[in-house]
Amino acid sequence: MSAHSTAIGVSSKRGVWGGGNEPLKASYGKLMMWFFLLSDIFTFAAFLISYLAIRVSYPAYAGAADTFTGSNEYWPVPELVFEAVPFLHGVHAPLVFVGIMTFILIASSVTMVLAVEAGHRNDRSDVVKWMLWTLLGGITFLSCQAWEWSHFIHGTDGGSVLTYVNSLGQNVTETVFGANLVVNEYGPAAFAQLFFFITGFHGFHVTVGVFLLFLCFYQAAVGVYDKRGHYEMVEKIGLYWHFVDLVWVFVFTLFYLI
Amino acid sequence: MEIQDTKSTLQVEPRNEEKIKKIWKTAGILLAITVAEFIMAFTMDRGILLYALFILLTIWKAKYIMMEFMHLGDEVKPLFYSIIVPLIFLVWLVIALIKEGSDIFLMRW
Repeated sequence: MSAHSTAIGVSSKRGVWGGGNEPLKASYGKLMMWFFLLSDIFTFAAFLISYLAIRVSYPAYAGAADTFTGSNEYWPVPELVFEAVPFLHGVHAPLVFVGIMTFILIASSVTMVLAVEAGHRNDRSDVVKWMLWTLLGGITFLSCQAWEWSHFIHGTDGGSVLTYVNSLGQNVTETVFGANLVVNEYGPAAFAQLFFFITGFHGFHVTVGVFLLFLCFYQAAVGVYDKRGHYEMVEKIGLYWHFVDLVWVFVFTLFYLI
Repeated sequence: MEIQDTKSTLQVEPRNEEKIKKIWKTAGILLAITVAEFIMAFTMDRGILLYALFILLTIWKAKYIMMEFMHLGDEVKPLFYSIIVPLIFLVWLVIALIKEGSDIFLMRW
């Protein structure tokens, strides 16, 4: 046995399938991350394309912007729904807050790619610095989303008068404030359901990402990657984090622009 | 592989200024496209033209994120295509479900 103890992948007995090879010139971890992300792309695509399908199955709001009232008869215009900003109660600021959130997430993607670049150079202090910025960006984005959800659920001061079938099966007409899975003051029930489902699923990914970023930040800081001899983990977690940004780009367009 | 409990022998290389410049340039492009989308949302009439532009700009942004940030462009061609080619299925899903949605609209309203 010991006669064959050459380096992994070199032995003729091991051959191509013996392990230790890098098919497609990418390491096992990176390949698996890419194929996981591909499957995740399909999951998000199914959600977002369903959103499009349900959206076109309802009439769009056609009136003037300043007379907009929510109704379950037509799909709302997003810039008339998402127009609140923290600390500025009652100020009409369409899409400003979600613009800030988008900016934060793109910025954290930039600091992530800078961390990956530092990892290629084995530069521990740069990796730690950029990972920390990325981590901060992720936590800030999640906090913003928490506020956004809270505002969406509690609703506006005025609410909307809607006729709908409540959870007891009764047909009621009343002023509705905010949103839940049965009724919402902005548009058809499907509008809030899709909002909760899709931004919630994305937010769940961001939450997982923040945990991974912290793990990576911590391990880089205490020198695990220096001992391991490479910073590939930064690259793999970077792939995941960029994917979260990638999905947000689509969520932003479909939910907030169209 | 076991982690050896020895002092690191990794050589820290100097910053690759060219690469870093390219990262910031890509960030600038992403930001510019987003700002353009914002301006369009408030200045153009809502309709199929605006929506088509939004989706094209979004795919353009996605291209930058995947190629520059995720370095998919630097991978070998077989890996590149095994990620990109399956996405072609989504084109059909978009066409099929938008048709489905508009037919439901015609039935319902």
